[in-house]
Amino acid sequence: MRYLKVFMNGIIKENPVLVMLLGTCPTLAVTTTAANGLGMGIATMFALVFSNVVISLLKSVIPRQVRLPCYIVIVAGFVTFISFMLQIIPWLYWLYESLGLFLPLIAVNCIIFERAEAFASKNNPFISLIDGLGMGTGFTLALFIMGTAREILGAGSWMGYEISIGEIPPMMIFGLPAGGFFMYGIIIAAVGKLTKKPVRTIGCENCPSRATCKNFTAGEADK
Amino acid sequence: MEIAQKLLFILVAEVFIENFVLTKFLGICPFLGVSKKISGSLSMGLAVMVVMVCAAIFTYPVYTFVLVPLNIAYMNTIMFILIIALFVQIMEMALKKYFSPLYKALGVYLPLITTNCAILGVTLLNIKNEYNFLLSVFNSFCAGLGFLMVMLIFSGIRERVEQSDVPESLKGTPITLIAAAIMSLSFIGFGGMAG
Repeated sequence: MRYLKVFMNGIIKENPVLVMLLGTCPTLAVTTTAANGLGMGIATMFALVFSNVVISLLKSVIPRQVRLPCYIVIVAGFVTFISFMLQIIPWLYWLYESLGLFLPLIAVNCIIFERAEAFASKNNPFISLIDGLGMGTGFTLALFIMGTAREILGAGSWMGYEISIGEIPPMMIFGLPAGGFFMYGIIIAAVGKLTKKPVRTIGCENCPSRATCKNFTAGEADK
Repeated sequence: MEIAQKLLFILVAEVFIENFVLTKFLGICPFLGVSKKISGSLSMGLAVMVVMVCAAIFTYPVYTFVLVPLNIAYMNTIMFILIIALFVQIMEMALKKYFSPLYKALGVYLPLITTNCAILGVTLLNIKNEYNFLLSVFNSFCAGLGFLMVMLIFSGIRERVEQSDVPESLKGTPITLIAAAIMSLSFIGFGGMAG
């Protein structure tokens, strides 16, 4: 029961993209199509699950003062492995091409550091794995929703199939960067409305490095 | 002459046409997080610019003279991020000790920059575009300049948005994102400039 709760927490209550507003860069950049969003989500989920487990296993070995560099090395190692895999496996090569720069940048994804700091460094490996799966699914789902909305409105297709809503022609703007910002704003406003909770602000309190950042504890960075 | 032309092209491209924040989506967290006040965004923009230039200075030799000869160019992500983390730490300590006024202005933002995707992004892009040392450093400088400019413009917009009457459910982050969308839209206009 506890495992289910941890798993669902990442999807609904603390959804990293829609509620916590973390990992905004990949959310905006790769969601031009639903398939890209899905691929990015799954790639990030792999890195998240493995780094959660490894960090949880090593939590007593890693010295507290240098934990951020340690996390960085672990996560970057898995990201290098994932990008290898995507290059080698022929039917995944399209993903390697379409994610481009954002594939190596999974290594600095805020969500992974946030979970390492807030969950994996305090819990046992198995429940950290569940947490990674839950958060990864929440991230994938959010990216898939964003990608779906942008692809249908912007390109008039979904997962490569042509779809049109009534007589509305595709609005190219949703495929452009501006449409990404707009769609994200609308989606989080809708989520705030549905859950009847005020939308968070993006600031120091959402920053993944806040725990290791001495300015935050001093309260200086917010001023 | 040719090199001057190339530098000018990079300048215009990085600052206006392919702005890091508005078209490449790198460094969105500080863009949305620290842009509430003009003073904060100025410091953050300057800190990012300085770290970007230093990152290019340090990562280029490591990539060309260590990773490529050893045939481990695929290790670039790990290597670069470690280099960035290391020198941000050193820079912070040095600033604190020797340039205390500068530390007061920029120091707050330095630790936040370690895990910033714009910094790692610019070093990876320099390698991907096969720039030489001079072009890498210049490209990083221009990317930082573009970031600084967008931060300043956007914090000006946000100070206005804060005072205006927006629909209840769009208050806060959603209206900020929509303002960013409109700003990004206006930057599409620069698209034809370097054609």
